[in-house]
Amino acid sequence: MYTSVLTDRRSFIKKMAMLSAMTAAATMFPGILFAEEQERGLPKSKGLDWKKAPCRFCGVGCGVLVGIENGKAVAVKGDPRSPVNKGLCCVKGYHSVIAIYGKDRLTKPLIKKNGKYVETSMKEALDLIASKMKETIKDHGKDAVSIYGSGQWTIPDGYVASKLFKGCIGTNNVEANARLCMASAVTGFMTSFGMDEPMGCYEDIDYADVFVLWGNNMAEMHPVLFSRLLDQRSKRNVKIIDLATRTTRTSKASDRSIIFEPQTDLAIANAICYEIIKNGWVNKSFVEKHCNFNKGLTNIGYGLEDKFKFKDKPQKISFDAYKKFLEDYTPEKVSKLSGVSVRDIKYMASYYGDPNKKIMSLWCMGINQHTRGTWMNNLVYNIHLLTGKISEPGNSPFSLTGQPSACGTVREVGTLTHKLPYGVVMNKKHREIAAKIWDVPVENISPKPTYHTVEMFRALDRGDIRFMWIQVTNPMVTMPKLKRYRDAAKKEGRFIVVSDIYPTPTTDIADVILPAAMWIEREGMYGNSERRTQYFEQMIEPPGEAMSDTWQLIEVAKRLGYEKQFYYKKETHIEEIYNEYTKFHKGKKHGMAPLEVLKKESGVIWPYVDGKSTQWRFNAKYDPATTKEGFDFYGKPDGKAIIWQRPYEPAAEEPDNEYPYWLNTGRVIEHWHSGSMTRRIPVLHKAMPFAYVELNPEDAKRMKIKTGDKVKLTTRRGNIVLPASVNERGIPAPMQVFVPFFDENFLINDITLDSFCPISKEPDYKKCAVKIEKV
Amino acid sequence: MSIKSYLAHPYQGKKNELIKALSSIKQCEVVPAKNKNLLILITDTKDNLEEDSIKEKIEAIESLKLLAMVSGFNT
Repeated sequence: MYTSVLTDRRSFIKKMAMLSAMTAAATMFPGILFAEEQERGLPKSKGLDWKKAPCRFCGVGCGVLVGIENGKAVAVKGDPRSPVNKGLCCVKGYHSVIAIYGKDRLTKPLIKKNGKYVETSMKEALDLIASKMKETIKDHGKDAVSIYGSGQWTIPDGYVASKLFKGCIGTNNVEANARLCMASAVTGFMTSFGMDEPMGCYEDIDYADVFVLWGNNMAEMHPVLFSRLLDQRSKRNVKIIDLATRTTRTSKASDRSIIFEPQTDLAIANAICYEIIKNGWVNKSFVEKHCNFNKGLTNIGYGLEDKFKFKDKPQKISFDAYKKFLEDYTPEKVSKLSGVSVRDIKYMASYYGDPNKKIMSLWCMGINQHTRGTWMNNLVYNIHLLTGKISEPGNSPFSLTGQPSACGTVREVGTLTHKLPYGVVMNKKHREIAAKIWDVPVENISPKPTYHTVEMFRALDRGDIRFMWIQVTNPMVTMPKLKRYRDAAKKEGRFIVVSDIYPTPTTDIADVILPAAMWIEREGMYGNSERRTQYFEQMIEPPGEAMSDTWQLIEVAKRLGYEKQFYYKKETHIEEIYNEYTKFHKGKKHGMAPLEVLKKESGVIWPYVDGKSTQWRFNAKYDPATTKEGFDFYGKPDGKAIIWQRPYEPAAEEPDNEYPYWLNTGRVIEHWHSGSMTRRIPVLHKAMPFAYVELNPEDAKRMKIKTGDKVKLTTRRGNIVLPASVNERGIPAPMQVFVPFFDENFLINDITLDSFCPISKEPDYKKCAVKIEKV
Repeated sequence: MSIKSYLAHPYQGKKNELIKALSSIKQCEVVPAKNKNLLILITDTKDNLEEDSIKEKIEAIESLKLLAMVSGFNT
């Protein structure tokens, strides 16, 4: 149980209980006001100092105010000045500071000796890490050392990791868990537009008439943004359409819930395009001026085998060829495949096609964690490009992120094997830019990407990688087909370093555990889903010897002999790193706000040009980087976006006689990802204490399964027993089950499949075949 | 010793009546929404017996349509 840091503990708990209720009310009744009460409900004392920060949890990037008293964080409230959340907070945000004070915080470095963890000093731990890295490089080569980070890394964390590994050591073994959640969004943007990240911003919500949610349970995963949608509905009668494989809180709050058979979203998107063309809803002038048509390879595989390689071969096609291709996707044909009625396909198409309706498409893991994730991103852009509904207020295909800095750190700093802070390692010019800013010989930066995340863990298993440093993430809960990778990490001759704030299944496989400073215990920046960079200062001291991930990396870099490149001073290193990093993004296409501006504002959207944020990119009305009238998709050499011909292809593993159900995994509102923080917040833990398997009520009835009964799930990878949930939080479609992954006591990823999108290399956590039995 | 928070939904037009009824119970604290037909209720009780008795009293209030618990802390 959480121990309050306030003298009046009971009164604090009462206030937190009140805040929980306010948050629940805000989700159910958008626009509900308790503003004065909220203020009154928070601890007040002369010593309380409110400081601004972005929330530490999801990718929405809500602005919060953290109340500091006597060196402790004691309360959180939504920042009314933040244009993201306008003073609202979700249940995780309100309770976020409690996650700092769990009883089992890691405060001392631990080294595994004879199978037991022994406390040591930070100096000794860092010395050991540096010497192990040197030894590994000497014995096995530089590509035997690796770092696996996170979309929860701050911008400086990711920047110094990339500089150390890619620039100094000379290996591209840098990956981050955003590969597991956002890689398909990146490759979708790159293939359609040549530039990553959404063209629009959250303000689109205030202008759109229709919202189509593609496999996106926003009510639980992005609750504050979803409340903005509901708020618009109460003011302007907008329509919300939930297109999903499972009935969720989002479905229940939507105007229309449309359930489809897993994987058939590919066909549905094509059917919408078919209808748009058939009914003459194409914005011909927009398409002629601003779009090209391409097709790529088909039957592209699923990445199930080690060292899987794939390279697409784009080929230009004509509009007529594309039109002909879509004849396979009439609503009638797609209805049979997807289970969605012809009427519902036409209903969605009619909104996209109506020139008088502004429309937003929103998606997150449903589309991205997909063996054809890149294709799905392309297909949603196709719909918006065909109708010209893009890059203007309210007309916005909007890919939401899951983590607070998946965009800011992983995508913008470029902590993926092929990326650099500007551009990619394969490009000589981009390597030269990096080498100059990093002050390293250009030959240091390898032109070849090495391992994406799944392959990195496979390489650890094979012994190609011998040293792995894991920061701010919990792969021993989140990797698909987990057992293989857990066994790999425990093999002889592997050395694993884990930096974290609490013990987790990932610290269990570590040779060295470094206690990390959490969120406001250090200074940093995050970048959210709408290209907004947000700064936070250090507000409190980290416990014991806990140290920021940034400084841990700098200390090791110095021990490896890179003092010249890691010249930063302790007192000013975040400012020095940010100033160095922003050199990569100078100019109108990605200019970033100076630190002093970030310190004042509740975040700034890039490109930041002449003192102003660019809210809508590629549209000459709003984007100073455009060089022609109307629209300029300047990520592509000819300024034209690409409409991709992408077919329906089945999932890697589909239900059959032996494994007759679909298994889908995901998150719940109460818990952040693997639960290592939120399961230490008593109110959240109590609200959602353990994982479960959701069954369709008819399936449950047939198998005589009731809520709470034990159910065995078996896939080709293994089995797990979970309590059943019937007619509770979510309702899967018949012959489908859903399991949340937050609970380390029920590791559902032991039985998931490590298939991935061959273009993005992002795994599909939403689809594999499973057998269900009552125990 | 437990603290619980609830969403209390009044019958249409009975919001003030519900505020008054809940406020008269010593262990209850009420926070009405400004612009919606909803109240937040916090109960602070010393033991299970008192909690059960308060819950019974609350559920007997005629202006109360629905009571939904949001969070609970054992202190």
